[in-house]
Amino acid sequence: MANVALRHISKSFGQTQAVRDLSLVINDGEFVVLLGPSGAGKTTTLRLIAGLEQPDQGSVDINGRDVTRDPPGTRDIAFVFQQYSLYPHLTVYDNLAFPLRSPAHRIPEPAIRKRVERTAELLHISGKLGSRATRLSGGEMQRVAIGRALVRDPAIYLMDEPLSSLDAKLRAELRLELKRIQVELGVTILYVTHDQVEAMTMATRIGVIKDGELLQLGTPREIYENPADRYVASRLGTPQINFLPAKLIPEATMPSETETIGIRTEHLQIAKPNGGGIVGKVHRIEHLGDQNHVHLEYRGEMLVTLADPHQPLQAGEDVELQFVRPLYFDAAGRRITTAVH
Amino acid sequence: MAQIRVENLRKSFDQFTAVQDSNFTIENGSFFALLGPSGCGKTTTLRVIAGLELPTAGRILLDGEDVTFRRAAARDIAFVFQLFALYPHMNVAQNIGFPLKCQGMPRVEIRDRVTETARLLRIEHLLSSKTSRLSGGDRQRVALGRAMVRRPKAFLMDEPLGALDAEFRQLMCGELRELHDRISATTVYVTHDQHEAMSMADRIAVMNAGRVEQIGTPQEVYDRPASMFVADFIGSPPMNFLQFESGLRSGDQAVKFRDVSIAVPEIREERAAGPLVLGVRPEHIRFSDAAPVRGRVFGAEYLGTTQIVTVETEQGRVKARLPSSVPVQVGEIVGLTFRSDRLALFDAQSGSAIRTASHGGVGHG
Repeated sequence: MANVALRHISKSFGQTQAVRDLSLVINDGEFVVLLGPSGAGKTTTLRLIAGLEQPDQGSVDINGRDVTRDPPGTRDIAFVFQQYSLYPHLTVYDNLAFPLRSPAHRIPEPAIRKRVERTAELLHISGKLGSRATRLSGGEMQRVAIGRALVRDPAIYLMDEPLSSLDAKLRAELRLELKRIQVELGVTILYVTHDQVEAMTMATRIGVIKDGELLQLGTPREIYENPADRYVASRLGTPQINFLPAKLIPEATMPSETETIGIRTEHLQIAKPNGGGIVGKVHRIEHLGDQNHVHLEYRGEMLVTLADPHQPLQAGEDVELQFVRPLYFDAAGRRITTAVH
Repeated sequence: MAQIRVENLRKSFDQFTAVQDSNFTIENGSFFALLGPSGCGKTTTLRVIAGLELPTAGRILLDGEDVTFRRAAARDIAFVFQLFALYPHMNVAQNIGFPLKCQGMPRVEIRDRVTETARLLRIEHLLSSKTSRLSGGDRQRVALGRAMVRRPKAFLMDEPLGALDAEFRQLMCGELRELHDRISATTVYVTHDQHEAMSMADRIAVMNAGRVEQIGTPQEVYDRPASMFVADFIGSPPMNFLQFESGLRSGDQAVKFRDVSIAVPEIREERAAGPLVLGVRPEHIRFSDAAPVRGRVFGAEYLGTTQIVTVETEQGRVKARLPSSVPVQVGEIVGLTFRSDRLALFDAQSGSAIRTASHGGVGHG
């Protein structure tokens, strides 16, 4: 158990700067998720912590010890990759036991058995311990791959999109399981993903990363409700936040330097026209079952919001829009936080 | 543009029956989704419509005309596959125009058609680009253009967005539907992704093990699933199923669920005592201290506007979708109330829906 600190890390590959002056402290027992698109520097960050890459600048501390120049094997980390690779000729039991049987550890076999069985129980694969790895379903294989990290007791688990190769249902199930296991064991995890749902549902804190830069770090709720800039605001939320140029809104109450208004579905109320100043037109209604995505047109801009599927709305219909405490952004895309109500 | 009719379709491969007794009509100009898990027969159905497979029994009618034994090329249908290949040595305009060139169409006419197709797809600015320079989305648009340029009677699409990541897929769904609205071509769309089917289709056929389980508009299929299979397949998270034993009398407005009475839409059929399932969508659950169905909060997943709360009850795990403003503590004991007018009942053995005031006459086709 540990805390891990990255201090002013930079890393370039040729002309490409993969990570820029990134500082991040992961506290003991935290589940930190780095969220960003492909090429944002997420995986490079994990590899720098693991020692699979050397930073150009900055340092990596694990448990207060500078490990920047230490080889990967001595860093006390466990890595779970996107593509689970199990030993196909071994049983689930032997796959799980493998990391413990390394000559570096010298753990007696009864202790190994105890650890493997406890891990299998945690992952609900106890019944599969005798099966060949190749006989497992995709979800079971990924559980075993995660299990192979969990049998060890490292300072930190580094996970690189471990669920992205699974289908939606299985992913939803394993999300919940992984979070449960993390809480139960009190382990520390740094997890990278491009999937906002994974980030929001599992993280104690999310770091939003783009072009190698950490843009904002906070709890899911902080990031969602209090984004630092337009990019972060657009990264979380389904449907995506809507942006309207401030000049299209006949409203005097916004901060004077506002360039763009950010409107999430909960900031937007729609109703039959009733003399209000902001009238849009329903462009299209998209069914989700539990909700509808209503696509609205307002002065040439498109807005998407959620509505009850049984609310009588039709394409082509005029609706009055009301904005309730939307987010304001300046010309540089930075959030204006002066309270205006 | 065309109406497509599938009559008594059956298709077997040796011992394996891929599709059985399928009957449905796809109206001219509509967007029709065939939805189901892998192996349910949806792609086979599509391939029979396309003429890439011959049915074991049954007929395919295109605008009333029997085309069952007509070659694929003679059906005037365009097929868009999941993995589209563009010709790497040709530019975008040449790629789109290629099917017309093969037909021997005069060059001037090809150019006009390609320009028009590019305008519909909003890729006019890319016509002279190399395909290797294109983004994933633009490649997809070019592939679509190559299908559209022949002006076929219908488009058949087999998971065309399957290879894309989630966010981009959502964007392309919107685009495909808007394109459909502009050109109103009859479209049959095969997918295993309920979200794609729900967001784009006018009507959905949900398939399971070679059979069409239900056909309806997205909202019908969601609100009044004909079976537990459909209820489970559509919706994210899916419908919760709570097992109980009881008999039912027509006219009842409540069921005896274990020891408590739960209000349901008026029952429209008689049933002897037996195993039943109460179906509850996550968004129709609320927490209430007084509620008799109780459980322990296992986890809460924050999603911004809403949260998904998983509760462990005696009947298994139940997922509720609640506003994010509701405070939830893992481990706390909560009571669950259900929105009675939206509840569904199923026969636990057959899985089919029981008729109620809100759930009557769920049709096939």
